[in-house]
Amino acid sequence: MDWIKISSAVFLLLMLFFLLPRAKQMFTESPKAESGDWQAALMPLIGVIAFVALLAWLVSQ
Amino acid sequence: MENYSSSISSTSAISINKVLRNTYLLLSMTLLFSALMAAVSMTVNVGHMVSMVCSFGALGLIWLVLPRAANSSAGIGVVFAITGLLGFGLGPLLNAYLSLANGAELIATSLGGTGIIFLALSAYVLTTKRDFSFMGGFLMIGIVLAVIASLANIFLAIPALSLAVSAAIIMIMSGFILFDTSRIVNGGETNYIMATVSLYLSLYNIFVSLLQILGVFSSDD
Repeated sequence: MDWIKISSAVFLLLMLFFLLPRAKQMFTESPKAESGDWQAALMPLIGVIAFVALLAWLVSQ
Repeated sequence: MENYSSSISSTSAISINKVLRNTYLLLSMTLLFSALMAAVSMTVNVGHMVSMVCSFGALGLIWLVLPRAANSSAGIGVVFAITGLLGFGLGPLLNAYLSLANGAELIATSLGGTGIIFLALSAYVLTTKRDFSFMGGFLMIGIVLAVIASLANIFLAIPALSLAVSAAIIMIMSGFILFDTSRIVNGGETNYIMATVSLYLSLYNIFVSLLQILGVFSSDD
C-alpha cells in the first residue's frame, strides 16, 4: 500500500472524527419537515440528477 | 405598532440582503483565487503528496481556525487560505485529466456544469424563499456515509462504488447549496464568512465529483 492511500485513509478518518459529532447534533436539532417540504427539496435535486445524466451522455457520444 | 413591525422586517431584509451580497462577492473572489492557485499548481507540476498536504492544511483551517476567526476580519484571510490550499491541491488531478485526449473538454464541462447547478439551485431558493433547514441532519448523515464508503473503497478499489460515491456527493452537495442558501435567505446564517466557506466546499466537491463521473463516461473501456 502506497503513501497516498495511507494518507487518504488518515484524511478520511480525520474527517469522520470531526463530522460524526456535528452530524449527530444536526440530526437531533434540525427542525422537522412540514408537509410539502421534501417534495420542494426533491424537485430541484431530481433536476440535478437529470442534468448530470445528460452531461454524462453527451461526453460518452 | 404596525409601522414598528414593518420597520423591523425591513431592517431584517436589509441585513439578509447584505449577508447574501457579501457571501456572493467573497465566493466569487475566492473561486477566482482558487482557480489561480490551481493554475500555479499545474504549472509547477506539484505531486500528489503536496496535494494531500494541502487538503490536510485546509481541513485543519476549517475545523480548528475558522470557527475562532469567523467573527473577525482575520476570517477573510482564513477563507482565502482555505480556498487557496484547496485550489492548489487540485493541480495534480487537473494535470492528470489534461493528459487525456479530451481532458480540457472534460474540465470545461465540469466547470460549466458546476456553475449551472449552483446558479439553478440558488435561483430556486431565492425565488421560492423556502426554508430547507430540515435537510441539515440528513445531509450530514449522507456526508458521513459517503466518507465511510470512500474509506472502504480505498481498500476495496471497486470502480462502481467510486462512481456511486461521486454521484451521491453531487446530490448531497446540491442539497447543501439549498440548505445554506435558504439559511441565508431566512436569516439563519448571518456570518458571510461561514456561508462562503460552506458554499465554496459544495462547489468544490460538485466540480471534483462531476469531473470524475464525466471522466468515467468519456473513457472507451
